[in-house]
Amino acid sequence: MVTNNIEEYKGVFVFAQQVDNEISGIAYELLGKGKELAEKLSTEVTAVLIGYQVKGLADKLAEYGADKVILIDDPELEVYRTEPYAHALASAINQYKPEIVLVGATAIGRDLGPTVSARVATGLTADCTVLEIGDFPLEPKPGIEQKHNQLLMTRPAFGGNTIATIACPDNRPQMATVRPGVMQKIQPVAGAKAVVEEFNPGFTPNNRYVTIKEVVKAVSDTVDIMDAKVLVSGGRGVGSPENFKILEELAEVMGGTVSCSRAVVDSGWKPKDLQVGQTGKTVRPQIYFAIGISGAIQHVAGMEESDLIVAINKDESAPIFDVADYGIVGDLNKIVPQLTAALKSEKAAKNKN
Amino acid sequence: MKIVVCVKQVPDTKGGVKFNPDGTLDRGAMLAIMNPDDKAGLEAALRLKDQYGAEVTVLTMGLPKAKDILLEALAMGADNAVLVTDRVLGGADTWATSTTIAGALRNMDYDLIITGRQAIDGDTAQVGPQIAEHLGIPVISYAQDIKVDGDKVTVQRQYDDRYHVVETKMPCLITALSELNEPRYMTPGGIFEACKAEITTWGRADLKDVDDGNLGLAGSPTKIAKASDKVRKGAGEKVVPDSPEDAVSYIVGKFKEKHII
Repeated sequence: MVTNNIEEYKGVFVFAQQVDNEISGIAYELLGKGKELAEKLSTEVTAVLIGYQVKGLADKLAEYGADKVILIDDPELEVYRTEPYAHALASAINQYKPEIVLVGATAIGRDLGPTVSARVATGLTADCTVLEIGDFPLEPKPGIEQKHNQLLMTRPAFGGNTIATIACPDNRPQMATVRPGVMQKIQPVAGAKAVVEEFNPGFTPNNRYVTIKEVVKAVSDTVDIMDAKVLVSGGRGVGSPENFKILEELAEVMGGTVSCSRAVVDSGWKPKDLQVGQTGKTVRPQIYFAIGISGAIQHVAGMEESDLIVAINKDESAPIFDVADYGIVGDLNKIVPQLTAALKSEKAAKNKN
Repeated sequence: MKIVVCVKQVPDTKGGVKFNPDGTLDRGAMLAIMNPDDKAGLEAALRLKDQYGAEVTVLTMGLPKAKDILLEALAMGADNAVLVTDRVLGGADTWATSTTIAGALRNMDYDLIITGRQAIDGDTAQVGPQIAEHLGIPVISYAQDIKVDGDKVTVQRQYDDRYHVVETKMPCLITALSELNEPRYMTPGGIFEACKAEITTWGRADLKDVDDGNLGLAGSPTKIAKASDKVRKGAGEKVVPDSPEDAVSYIVGKFKEKHII
């Protein structure tokens, strides 16, 4: 399968995910990356904004780097559903022919991305951690044409045990999803404006339009763990939901917040939005405390980019010690409360001076 | 009601990953299992069968040894099993895989297709939605609850901070989360029956409305430029303090060194 007229495809598209008329952080992160790729290709980055009554969000996208915004606004697009959204994005791709399309690897993007890639008949690389422009094959090989200016997409596989770099040399667009928290947004440019182009491919409900009967939002007053500078993360070793109190106290004195491993969510001790790891969130705080977390590879994949990792675990052979900067073998029930007290008095002493 | 559950045989990365002396993944030493999300999808299908009556067929694409997970599925209570295996299908990416499975499904009767959300080897979550796209039926991803009423299904579709209750008419495709349920064990009677059961084996010729150019490695739009073991940052210091007090003064000392406090 090969796309005809590959050279017609120009520019970088970013799916600007919004939920409840609020842009998701991943859209800004992708614009940051998209802008960098576009500069390398001497082209533009375009945000594709899909929703209902969302025109007002275009300026925000410009501030975060969008040169252009394609606005697809229709009542059918008020709440995310696969079909009208896939129709919107696929139609925009067929109309404007971008060479690259970036989508967030969110619960929305991991549904929209595959559907759209199948519809426009191209490849899609999931959960990329590095995106760069280069040659394919990487080194010239006799008998094979080496193509330049290709999107090289690097991603982990086998639960984070291996890493692969993937290209999509014969099809356009080159599509990738990227997990939130991996790419950096640019410093927003206040007052920046982008060209806004309205586009509506028409939305006629068919068998593929599902009906939303109810939207049930999780009640959560916690901060997004992806924004936290300090995370105090607990695993099964914490022992009980009540015992998370000692982690909360440590988080408070450190000005951080509590997160957890998958085991904790599976046991029903903490809600899913606090979960770090491959099936949870990718975090990179300045300090990550791993407390009573054994460090399964799927957990490590979500936190290993943290600046400083402190692990406390009674099991000396726990794999978390393989990634920790400071590993302490001991009883968390005794160490954590005393650490909290010690940090509190250090802080008090500092404030006195 | 006819339900087809798509399953995949994967190396078990969850119960500890094994490496060769040179640091590469030792697949031979790792158990080949039914992918966990797929197993939850199978369990969901079997519960629908228990509740409403249904014929459950499991479908996989893979090497001949993928029969093992089909036998397991039969022993859990599936009625039929189909293995799609052919040399020309090897090296397929998600596009070529979904094209192949859709080609097999065109030769089958189904009201409901269930796949796992994602497999633990590739973690892409792409094949389910792509099969639905090739077949032109609705997809509901990330299902945490499935109910059937006549020709309608109602699904709780999970998002990051909410879920939607979504309804659609069958035929449709649902991708299952492992949170959906706790899969049942094989029963002795089921194992006995499974041993007698026949597994249908299909090759390239049994795929309907599929172009050769969309199959296997050659038909895969994504190409691997480079693969390697992940370089991890490596361990820092590990201490075994004599007392909690020693542990605390160690951490506080390090934090002072780093000007954190």
